[in-house]
Amino acid sequence: MSQTAIEPTTAGGAGGRISWRDTLSDIGVIAHRNVIKITRVPEVLVFVLLSPIMFVLLFAYVFGNSIDIPGTTYREFLIAGIFAQTVLFGATFTGAGIAEDMQKGIIDRFKSLPMSRSAVLAGRTASDVIYNVLSVAIMALTGLAVGWRIRGSILEAVGGFALLLLFAYAISWVMAWVALLVPSVEVINNASFMVIFPLTFVANTFVPAEDLPGPLQTFAEWNPVSAVTQAARELFGNIPPGTPEPTAWSLQNPVLYTLIWVVITVAVFAPLSVSRYQRSSTR
Amino acid sequence: MHQTTAAPAIVATGLRKRFGDVVALDGLDLTVPEGSVLGLLGPNGAGKTTAVSILTTLLEPDEGSATIAGADLRTQPGEVRRRIGLSGQFAAVDEVLTGRENLVMIGRLYRLGRTRSKQRAAELLERFDLSDAGDRPVKTYSGGMRRRLDLAGALVAEPPVLFLDEPTTGLDPRSRIELWGVIRELVSRGATLLLTTQYLEEADQLADDIVVIDHGRAIASGTADQLKAQVGGERIELVVADAARLDDAHQVLAAHATGDIEVQVPARALQAPIDGGVDVLTDVLQELRHRQIEISDVGIRRPTLDDVFLTLTGHVAEEPDDDAQRTDRAEVTA
Ligand SMILES: Nc1ncnc2c1ncn2[C@@H]1O[C@H](COP(=O)(O)OP(=O)(O)OP(=O)(O)O)[C@@H](O)[C@H]1O
Ligand SMILES: [Mg+2]
Repeated sequence: MSQTAIEPTTAGGAGGRISWRDTLSDIGVIAHRNVIKITRVPEVLVFVLLSPIMFVLLFAYVFGNSIDIPGTTYREFLIAGIFAQTVLFGATFTGAGIAEDMQKGIIDRFKSLPMSRSAVLAGRTASDVIYNVLSVAIMALTGLAVGWRIRGSILEAVGGFALLLLFAYAISWVMAWVALLVPSVEVINNASFMVIFPLTFVANTFVPAEDLPGPLQTFAEWNPVSAVTQAARELFGNIPPGTPEPTAWSLQNPVLYTLIWVVITVAVFAPLSVSRYQRSSTR
Repeated sequence: MHQTTAAPAIVATGLRKRFGDVVALDGLDLTVPEGSVLGLLGPNGAGKTTAVSILTTLLEPDEGSATIAGADLRTQPGEVRRRIGLSGQFAAVDEVLTGRENLVMIGRLYRLGRTRSKQRAAELLERFDLSDAGDRPVKTYSGGMRRRLDLAGALVAEPPVLFLDEPTTGLDPRSRIELWGVIRELVSRGATLLLTTQYLEEADQLADDIVVIDHGRAIASGTADQLKAQVGGERIELVVADAARLDDAHQVLAAHATGDIEVQVPARALQAPIDGGVDVLTDVLQELRHRQIEISDVGIRRPTLDDVFLTLTGHVAEEPDDDAQRTDRAEVTA
């Protein structure tokens, strides 16, 4: 995954600019630190691995038989939605991680070092992709076990997974910014739920967007969660032939719409977060 | 390190910083010559940490400017960071990583390279008596061990200028004295040090110059001796055994005193400012014996920095305590 490292112009000042190579090395050091932490706190890892299994089983067996989607089984329809929801949750770890670093004061240490100003955040968002790679892998296996199948080409399916991870990566930057504004692990966790539930339910994740009433339908159609879900469905070949074409442009071109959305989100929130980071004070 | 020896390592002029209604720094000036130790002394909430945060680029001042090891704080913050080491008031170490991993990470972020970073980490663990605990996660460390690890973190890249914010708070007496040794060694190798402390003895022991701050302003500065002289010189304190002889003892002291003699009748105690130390004391004792005035206690009292502190700030230096600090601040700003 390519890192979007933004080196702010105010960083080094005259003679103090940090080269791209050094920036990448700093990002590597920070990401390495976070990976060590992932392996040392197995509780988080267990949660990351178990919750996708739970979601897949819950939806497949509780709702799987009660909701009717023409031309396909609900399970097949559902899996991409659960993928999207789970990577979205995975992205919130970024917020909690940064808030924790702020609370523990280690950020003060980083800020006093001659390292790249963006590396702490870029390293964090990069290493958090690992959580999502793991949970996507677990979900895919669980999905296959309950009858979900990839019906397109493997290459397209890989593209589908990549798009989900990219989407989560962009959300990570939003969460990073939120964590710098409100550096409290508890607040971040609660706020995430309040944002993520509407975002994932007013979407085509669990029911077709067309089934939603008026304004909610419009929201669902342009909701990026819908787009990434739609894109994953297409790329996994989970949209049966004869399904009516969606009416909104966003859902007609879900891959493109998702990519545009990812680029804009990172382009806005990465610099915002980095400048916020520079001004943040942990006390 | 590349400047001419005459240039001070730290120069700060007119630093001002306010947080809402609280004026944390109110025009602070500091100059620290290269290779010397400045002790920044002040009560809770005086602005010590704020000053350190500004000088280490963690905070931007509202007004004022500073140069650290020749680099301008505002225009070359990156250069400043390359030349400094910081150990803040609260240990900034990663609890989940081991002590060694913490130090290696810091070394790599100073861009010492992998091998050199590992080597430095091993050296510092050894030096700070952490070799045995080096491969344990920091969350298993005691408070003093964390503190030492944090200090080690400031020394990883052997920066020419060091900022230590209350470095020995929370250390036991042995660790404290050991740390003083480490600090002296660093300075003897040419490092410049800005040290904040609540312990007056520490400033006395380590600092070449002392700046006393209160309410964000320097209220006195000089060497420990100069500050003590400002409060007054040495005094003889004596306690007579028999209250009836107080007046006689007063007469004896009066011949040697350089100022007013203080008499505390209930305690049968006399205090006289003198000039001449032990010689004067010997003379006084001889005369007292000659007149057969029995005494139960006698001594020369030199002013401590505690006296300086009390005289200058109007309150006693307190042990750092977060709650007390908050209430204290509330009063200050009211
Ligand atoms: N981030 C902040 N927000 C609001 N007020 C602050 C902040 N940081 C410091 N202050 C205030 O600025 C003043 C100076 O604080 P500072 O921490 O510099 O004092 P100090 O001399 O280090 O005290 P101590 O000995 O207790 O560590 C205090 O009144 C404090 O309440
Ligand atoms: Mg302080």
